[in-house]
Amino acid sequence: MAKAKPQAPAERRAGGDRNGDTPRNGANGAVADAQARWERETYRPAANGTPERQADFRTLSGLPLKAIYTPDDVREAGFDWLGHPGEFPFTRGVYPTMYRGRLWTIRQVAGYGTAEDTNHRFRYLLDQGETGLSVTFDMPTLMGYDSDHARSKGEVGLGGVAIDAARDMYQLYEGLPLDKLTASLTINCPAAVILAFYLDAAQRMGFPWSVLGGTVQNDILKEFHAQNEWAFPPAPSLSLVVDQVEFCTQQVPRWNTISISGYHMREAGATAVQELAYTLLDGLTYVQACVDRGLEVDAFAPRFSFFFDIHNDFFEEIAKLRAARRIWAREMQRRFHPKNEKSLLMRCHCQTAGVSLLAQQPMNNIARVALQALAAVLGGAQSLHTNGFDETYALPTEETAQLAVRTQQIIAHESGVANVIDPVGGSYFLEALTDEMEAAAYQEFAIIEGMGGMLAAIESGYVRQRIGDSAMRFQKEVDSGKRVQVGLNQFVEGPAPRLETHEFDLQAEVRANERLTELRRTRDHAAWKRTRSELQQAARRGRNLMPHILDCAAAQATEGEIMDALREVHGEYDAPPLY
Amino acid sequence: MPDDRPIKVLVAKAGLDGHDRGVKVVARALRDAGMEVVYTGLHQTPEQVVMAALQEDVEAIGVSLLSGAHMHIFPRLAELMKEKGLDDVILFGGGIIPQEDIPGLEQVGVAKVFLPGSTLKEIVEFLRKAVKEKRGKGKV
Repeated sequence: MAKAKPQAPAERRAGGDRNGDTPRNGANGAVADAQARWERETYRPAANGTPERQADFRTLSGLPLKAIYTPDDVREAGFDWLGHPGEFPFTRGVYPTMYRGRLWTIRQVAGYGTAEDTNHRFRYLLDQGETGLSVTFDMPTLMGYDSDHARSKGEVGLGGVAIDAARDMYQLYEGLPLDKLTASLTINCPAAVILAFYLDAAQRMGFPWSVLGGTVQNDILKEFHAQNEWAFPPAPSLSLVVDQVEFCTQQVPRWNTISISGYHMREAGATAVQELAYTLLDGLTYVQACVDRGLEVDAFAPRFSFFFDIHNDFFEEIAKLRAARRIWAREMQRRFHPKNEKSLLMRCHCQTAGVSLLAQQPMNNIARVALQALAAVLGGAQSLHTNGFDETYALPTEETAQLAVRTQQIIAHESGVANVIDPVGGSYFLEALTDEMEAAAYQEFAIIEGMGGMLAAIESGYVRQRIGDSAMRFQKEVDSGKRVQVGLNQFVEGPAPRLETHEFDLQAEVRANERLTELRRTRDHAAWKRTRSELQQAARRGRNLMPHILDCAAAQATEGEIMDALREVHGEYDAPPLY
Repeated sequence: MPDDRPIKVLVAKAGLDGHDRGVKVVARALRDAGMEVVYTGLHQTPEQVVMAALQEDVEAIGVSLLSGAHMHIFPRLAELMKEKGLDDVILFGGGIIPQEDIPGLEQVGVAKVFLPGSTLKEIVEFLRKAVKEKRGKGKV
């Protein structure tokens, strides 16, 4: 552990003045003098008398922390440099009125069993006051396998909802006003298929595509970095991402075509700095890929959105979101010169960190989630999912899901933080930390762009290995007790109480398979055969696959069948078993 | 004569679950502890796991599962291990596994389940002890 160093009064961090001689703020060094006096007369004597709890304080991602921050730690004097909400570089917020105009969307991800089960949970969550829908799918659906595939055995409907065909999506959203509610689809390698199912279902429900608002996660790069839900190798996978962007830009104009995600990399072990850097670089990679396809940046960039994790280090998470907005706006401007300011906006969904929640003393998680949710709000998120306190045990029950929604409502309506735009902006500490995270992210940018960019980093496994290094470092800190986890390595009690948790419905597999059998028996087999052949031909010729996938969906093709057809053309990705 | 061959372990992700943070951290810890670690990578079927164990001639198989599919995967693994004559190989696991399912898993031959909150040290020590006992039994 580093020894305590006496800190020079005007010591700077990256992004500020390094020589320590010339203070940035305060006329004639008045700030530096005042700080030096306090340190000399008040702080040092106290710290010598009662040594501080640690020799060295750092953020969760390892950035050093001073005892206190002053105007000299803020990069520039005055006010204008910080910018304003709704104006470049959007550090203080993407919209001019932020939550004074409209609160963030309460968007709780849900999914289990078969479509009817999740439709039921959607209705429950809407009744509790959530304002946007989000669905996650079971492992077979996420990986592009039908419920009756050999690999799906024992996994159907457990981690999310089982969706095999377009009619399942119809059942999933039955009776819900898709023209008034935005729907997020947490799906990646088969995103094009699930999106096609959604569009097919919406059409049958009487909603024209022009009114549909929502998001498809569709972020395949982070699958190769961290979440591991891949099917095909990187190149055809990226092509399919761009197909969806191209298609929706023309046909589903209100749809967010990618949710460029840091959450999964963070959960896999990435630090906040790594999450910030890798997510934004992935985003820039997608923009470039779409530009390379011939799309106009202003046609698609306004519909790119982001998804960040909100972990325990309160101020680091707020600073991360602010730095993300600033970096994205600047890099989009610099690299792609959009004419529409909406192309510069880093709009994000956030989720409180699942990985930070503990099985020991699970009720403690309520406090963790509340603090994390507060950080997301102070950070200016557009939509938010809060975890249930039983996150380490199972999917949330109605009770724990309700409490998670209430947590957001209490923040929104009782805490007062939503009544002022960017209320923590201007904090000397927060602005210094925002600058530091920005600088640290740029260091990562330089490393990865130096090796040829994100696709090269996937091939070499660079990002995966750095994430794994961080995960290992964190585990060692927890095991050694250096990283306190309340209830686990400190403030420990006896065995956890038995919680009433969500019951896994092992019969969901049976129901799903019965539906599949029925579907295959009754559909027009010739139509499916024809659309399958057309899909494969289009794939071989490098055409946009969305229209063909939609045709397959209309012909009652299953997800697994469509994915298999594409696997035949593109091959399957085999990741080297690095650890 | 003490048997101080390095312990050879297969560490696996079985089923479709792709959460590999834990399994990779465990693999690194076992390697750092001087063991020979073979990591299968993701999305392995039980058949693939057992085939790898056979080919690599390991003394222990550790399986990570967070998907809820443990009551299907572990019994299948145990069944295949028996078929292939690997009954003396130590089967252990970790991930998101409800406490109440552990007795059932132990019954089908899972020697130990490491729940969230387990330390790397615990896992290393368990393996050292279990392999030592196993090797002791093997000697005439």
